[in-house]
Amino acid sequence: MSESFLQIRGLKKHFGEKRVLDGIDLDIARASVTTIIGKSGIGKSVLLKCIANLMIPDAGEILLDGASIRLNRRRADHDGGFTFSYMFQNNALFDSLTAFDNVALPLREAVGMTASEAKGKVTELLELLDLTEAGARYPAELSGGMQKRVALARALVTNPEVVLFDEPTTGLDPERKFGVFDMIADYRERFAFTALLVSHDIPEVFEISDRVAWLDEGRIRFFGDPSELKADSPRSWSGLLQSQATL
Amino acid sequence: MIRSLGRTALGLVYEFGDWTVFSFRSFVGFWAQQRRGHKLATAIHEIGGRCVPIVLTVGLFTGLVMGLQLYYTLARLGAEAALGDAVGLSLVRELGPVLTALMIVGQSGSAMTSELGFQRNDEQIDALQTMGIDAKGFLVGPRLWAALFCFPALTALFDLIGVVGGYLTGSVLLNVDAGVYWNHVFDSITWADVRGGFIKAICFGALTISICAYRGFFTHLKSSLRGVRGVSESATRAVVFSSVAVLAADYLITSFLI
Repeated sequence: MSESFLQIRGLKKHFGEKRVLDGIDLDIARASVTTIIGKSGIGKSVLLKCIANLMIPDAGEILLDGASIRLNRRRADHDGGFTFSYMFQNNALFDSLTAFDNVALPLREAVGMTASEAKGKVTELLELLDLTEAGARYPAELSGGMQKRVALARALVTNPEVVLFDEPTTGLDPERKFGVFDMIADYRERFAFTALLVSHDIPEVFEISDRVAWLDEGRIRFFGDPSELKADSPRSWSGLLQSQATL
Repeated sequence: MIRSLGRTALGLVYEFGDWTVFSFRSFVGFWAQQRRGHKLATAIHEIGGRCVPIVLTVGLFTGLVMGLQLYYTLARLGAEAALGDAVGLSLVRELGPVLTALMIVGQSGSAMTSELGFQRNDEQIDALQTMGIDAKGFLVGPRLWAALFCFPALTALFDLIGVVGGYLTGSVLLNVDAGVYWNHVFDSITWADVRGGFIKAICFGALTISICAYRGFFTHLKSSLRGVRGVSESATRAVVFSSVAVLAADYLITSFLI
């Protein structure tokens, strides 16, 4: 777990005069769950989007196994595997496609699999995630929790090495929140991906987190074991809890 | 004031360049897509198929009105026999391509801007990028290539039904000899007129669909409003810009063709 797999070095991003990320350094271990916490609007999603290449950082480097991710977006062996997958806050499922077609989309359109090749892989994954019956239904016909699982299935279908979760429990009731956290922890065990989460659900999310990165004023204020966080800076910790409670 | 003017001018130049690059990447990006035939057929149905009823309706009524107006104008000069020339040439050279383009913009262009805008706001476009799919080639490319086929095809339909409309008022209602009407239609329209009309239709197709797609694709950057209202504003602006672009391009192309 101590070996650094995903490295972020001196990452900077500003919007106009506002410095959102001001030199982020992180070392994420392989197959770990790391949660990024911080006040609302502090730049957690921006950090995730920079890692996913949805935003271009102004400065800094992101390395995966020592190589820049700009050159390593997709694995070289073309087995349909991808370096990164992203699970969006609102799932970002295509409402004109069935759950099955949503999950098959990256295989058909990015990897270039035929319908029969993709069918086998998608069916297997849907079975694993208890989504077999949902396959023929459209996203609007699924519950919030099932939509999350379909979105996760789509994120996992390309066998990613790193899965980025942008506030995966937004809009869910407490019971379903724990369900999503359990799901992430369970599938991380099964699929052995490295998970990077942005979450406001403190301290619930710590249950599944190996490491916590506290983002504050553009920098990482704390990075380490969740159990050490409170002891590290009790006053700041209570301030953070209060800010999460007002969300 | 000079600074403000300069900033506006630079902004326009930047936007024009950005739109050009976006259109080019979408055109080219289509050829890197999987299942291109399926995507193209879907786009032809969306842009072309859905517009057939409105194009036929507007084409018929345009022909009917032209037959009526031109008949009484020509009758003053004792030249009712030239009704076929007037209706045919007006439709094939000008009204056909321009009105067809405006109909398609109103029907398919605005819908496309809204759809892309919604997909942008719902992060579906970002999702495509994270899946390693070129969003421009996937979402916009097929529509641009379909426009190059649909605009001339629908223009041809508009011209045909318009000429029939002119015949209905001119010959059936106002008693211009049918043989004279059709002879004048076929004698007056040359291959150069038809080709000119198609050139216009192709240019209008590329222009309007790329403008509508651009406004929708970048609705989060181009609209001053957020969410659904932002999408609505993008769709309105797309229709306005596209309509103005059609009329401006019509003048430009006509001046080259004449």
